[in-house]
Amino acid sequence: MKSLKMRLLWTAVVAALLAVVVAGGATAQAPVVKIGLLATLEGPFAAGGQDGMRGAELAVKQRGGMVAGKKIEIIKASSDAKPDVAVNATRKLVEQDKVDIMVGPLSGSEGIAVKNYSKTQPNTTFINGSSGAQATTLVDPSPNFFRFNTEGAQWMVGLGDYAYKTKGYKKMALIAEDYAFPYSQVQGFMTEYCKAGGRVTHKAWVPLGAKDYSSVIAKLPGDVDALVVVLGGADAVNFLTQYEQAGGNKPMVGGSITVDQTVLNFKGKRRESLLGTPSAGPIADSYDAPEWKKFVADYKENFKDGFPSPSLFAFVYYINMKAALDGLEAVKGDLSGGQAKYREALKTLKLKTPTGEVTLDENRQAIGTTFVTEVAKAADGGFYNKVVKVVPNVNQRLGMSKADFEKAGLGSRDVPNCP
Amino acid sequence: MSAAEWRKAMNAGAGRYAWTGGARGRIAARPVDRPSPRPSPLRGEGEVATAWTQWVWRRVGARHVLVLLAVLVYPWVATPFFTFQIGAQSLALGLIALSLTFLAGYGGMVSLAQMTVAGIAGYMFAIFATSGTDISLRWPWGLAVVLALVIATACGTLIGWFSVRTEGIYTIMITLAIGVAFYYLAQQNYSLFNGFQGFQSVMTPAVAGVELRAPLVFYYLSLFWALAGYFFVAYLLRAPFGVALQGIRDNPRRMSALGFNVTAHRVAAYTVAGLIAAVGGVLMVWYNGLVSPGSVGTSWLINILIIAVLGGMRHPVGPFIGAVVFVLLQNFAVDLVGRERFNLLIGGVFLVIVLFSPDGLLGWWAQGRQYLEKQLAPARAGGWRRGRRGQERSTTAAPGPH
Amino acid sequence: MSPFWRWFWVLVVGLPAVAFTVWGLADNAKLFLSTALNGLTLAALYFLVASGFTLVFGLMRNVNLAHGSLYLLGAYVGYEVGEQTGSWLVAVAAGFASAALFGLVLQVAVFRFMHGEDMRQTMVTIGLSIMMADILLWMFGGEIYQFDPPRVIFGRTPLPIVEVYPTYRLVLLAMSAAIGVLLWWFLNRTRVGMMIRAGVDDRGMLAASGVNVQFVFAVTFAIGAGLAGFAGVVGGTALSIAPGEDTRYQLASLVVVIVGGMGSVVGAAIGAILIGVAEQFGLAYAPTYSVVFTFVIMALVLAFRPQGILGRRA
Repeated sequence: MKSLKMRLLWTAVVAALLAVVVAGGATAQAPVVKIGLLATLEGPFAAGGQDGMRGAELAVKQRGGMVAGKKIEIIKASSDAKPDVAVNATRKLVEQDKVDIMVGPLSGSEGIAVKNYSKTQPNTTFINGSSGAQATTLVDPSPNFFRFNTEGAQWMVGLGDYAYKTKGYKKMALIAEDYAFPYSQVQGFMTEYCKAGGRVTHKAWVPLGAKDYSSVIAKLPGDVDALVVVLGGADAVNFLTQYEQAGGNKPMVGGSITVDQTVLNFKGKRRESLLGTPSAGPIADSYDAPEWKKFVADYKENFKDGFPSPSLFAFVYYINMKAALDGLEAVKGDLSGGQAKYREALKTLKLKTPTGEVTLDENRQAIGTTFVTEVAKAADGGFYNKVVKVVPNVNQRLGMSKADFEKAGLGSRDVPNCP
Repeated sequence: MSAAEWRKAMNAGAGRYAWTGGARGRIAARPVDRPSPRPSPLRGEGEVATAWTQWVWRRVGARHVLVLLAVLVYPWVATPFFTFQIGAQSLALGLIALSLTFLAGYGGMVSLAQMTVAGIAGYMFAIFATSGTDISLRWPWGLAVVLALVIATACGTLIGWFSVRTEGIYTIMITLAIGVAFYYLAQQNYSLFNGFQGFQSVMTPAVAGVELRAPLVFYYLSLFWALAGYFFVAYLLRAPFGVALQGIRDNPRRMSALGFNVTAHRVAAYTVAGLIAAVGGVLMVWYNGLVSPGSVGTSWLINILIIAVLGGMRHPVGPFIGAVVFVLLQNFAVDLVGRERFNLLIGGVFLVIVLFSPDGLLGWWAQGRQYLEKQLAPARAGGWRRGRRGQERSTTAAPGPH
Repeated sequence: MSPFWRWFWVLVVGLPAVAFTVWGLADNAKLFLSTALNGLTLAALYFLVASGFTLVFGLMRNVNLAHGSLYLLGAYVGYEVGEQTGSWLVAVAAGFASAALFGLVLQVAVFRFMHGEDMRQTMVTIGLSIMMADILLWMFGGEIYQFDPPRVIFGRTPLPIVEVYPTYRLVLLAMSAAIGVLLWWFLNRTRVGMMIRAGVDDRGMLAASGVNVQFVFAVTFAIGAGLAGFAGVVGGTALSIAPGEDTRYQLASLVVVIVGGMGSVVGAAIGAILIGVAEQFGLAYAPTYSVVFTFVIMALVLAFRPQGILGRRA
């Protein structure tokens, strides 16, 4: 027979565990506004996620940690670019930590999952982090999910024309990774390029996880004028190295993350062949508007361990967090009534960002500015992206009418096509 | 030896250290005291006690009743977040890890592809039922569930057929490679698996107007299936099939000499484990509302192993304990070391468990209980107890001169 | 295997291969030959990583699932040393040495006490790989690192038919072949190598004949780990280093060793060639499923010859 003491001990242990669990559910009311912040801090996007957090923190610091008389409390969470992990992290922030506003996530498929989750939480406002999938706001949008940053396809508007008309590339070959973000980037580029008369004769969709491009390079046709390369991070670095080693000498046109700061700053020898590569995206390192310069200076001053210039992720998280705070300011911190007034304010907000003004369309998707850039060398020998053209008011339908865009469909392996 | 005693002997210490490989695998070979079954008060002259009530009285102790009450009452005392994200997720993950515990602890085959089987079930459900993707066929959810379970179990059997040709370490390697192959297939194929995006907005069914995804309902649903899995495994282990499986784990050659078809038994074990994992997989796809290649990637394959080892492979309740600890760490690590160092924390915990207590938390619990029992239970009436105080004597000592 | 079956398998595997080769050469000889070369050079890299893995398993029955992490560790340490000293060769040596040292410590401090518990050792290596991956991510961040080898080996070589080919990959092929020969010499012509081979055959007898088995184990693990670190620097020069490389090379060596046979260095070479060539041809001619290709080969080998091509039944 078990002794009485053993039984009591066991009961006490179980009761203690239950108490801990129940206590965990209790919340404390306090006069702050809680904002949840989600980015990928694990896995291959970790560097981008860290910079995104820096951007968001900068927006809070610029307001001195207070908005509309309330203290801003940021609760951070991390994911690893997997949608189920992102939803779990968001659910914890929203249901357990009881945040009022949610900013995040970072990657495209996470964004769609969080958007779906937002439909089940009508009393919380969800603002995007940097996820750039078209489908998040074009397909089945959520009434309380706001995206103040432009997405992958919008980031390439202006580049197609530049490649065809200014650079004179009449025929191009495409190398891109085989998933949604490159599809949208390619759609943004090719819609304009094909309309201008260009032809993309060869499309090489490389599976995710293949770091060896030697065979892809061997298959590239020799009669094209240039290559469109939509790869990111380590893959871009690998491709560029291997292409040069294989004797390739065609000029390139890069996607938004192909020649961004993370690639230009990789630890190793600079590739001189990158100089002059055109690209397009939501930022340009050398933009000379005073707001942009102030943003860069603030970033450098506050984050000594950051990049030499804020990356795309820092910028995008910054404007989304700024939008959250500007909206709060506009309604004087009034989040009552299911945050209805706050959401109205967000919908009609004319957000002043370092790159110009951003407004929202009917799907709560941003209409903003895209920069066409070229890689140049600075006085100190480092590489940066200099502005060649500024394209304002880029909307999610890429300038097409609703009917035309719906006919064309979202970007995929075969959309658009002009061989 | 009666049949019942033989079974008790076979099952005592089942799973303990067996999976670490060999008799030399015992670091702390302290025999664990299993409480002997109490004599049934219902048995008396002329009283008819059914075998079932005797079985219940012998096996069910206070701790079983307490735990059952606790899990039944839990959602009424916890917040919806804790019920759904912590409670239901632990139960569903625990179910998948149970299939691994069954295979590894009692079958001696560590298969890292259990999450793959669960993922296949999830994908099949998403394909046959309704989701936000065009590929989904929008068939009735009941049919989709049945199809998902059947296909996933078949895949589990196929994986088993590949893996039974190997033993021990090879099995880990091969099942890991199979799991990764499925991950890449799901990521690259757009016609069936919708590639990198996977299936979003998978609709959880509603039965008689009740949404199955509501926290309370989903918790009880997961609890039902977790209990079903647990009792099924516990029953199976005492049935001839389970006993034979454990025999095969310990000495396949001898079992083969006795006339058992070792390969068939092993493949059948994979089938059973596949079914359990498939049920867990359908629950997970309902929980997440989505399934993507990330759900079946390397990190999740290893996570299930971590959960199973963490809890302990000596008893079917182990994986559920491991799942609770894992989910709690995953959600609250941010308060301990910062969420981005979660992997370091879980890896460290796993390493500590493997180094110091290969039986997982259950092993520590058993050792702790044993230690406490020794401390709290002094001289027993009617028996000798020799300790440092050698003067203690039994009260029923033989009469004689003192 | 009876002569009939042998001929059957030669025909079933050989005929399609020959047919494909003829078609490929006729269709686009440059592409075909450059893909073949790419496959061989990738195989060279896979061999470097897998040889250490199979050596450790063959002797000590220890499936070191932290092998990929050792690759990454050697790469990062090699990079730091290369930055400090400015010499790529020193970086290579540092990569080898750091991984070998770490492996030695692991064997002496951890695995020595788990002799015979294969599963437990594997679990420990899994835990270690998770922790090491996170620590390396913490220390070195998520950025991409690229090495800076001497210009002379990093240019292009003119070759017949393929016209131009990256010199470094040919250097990689040569290095791998040299390492292979060195390993063969070490295993077959030195005392320690003889002990290792004896231990692979029968550990008990080796101990019984008075050899310090723990010393042999330590040396073997150090060499195996060192090879991984060496491959880290050498491979990282061809393809950059970033978090996630450890999983990739771990899986690659797993597949190579399953196909080639556990415990056999020649088997690792054969497996590496098969897998490397298959992966590159897949990427060139059927890119969508190229990554699944290698696993299909592995599954086929497993279905028909579970111990691998040159392996022996455990």
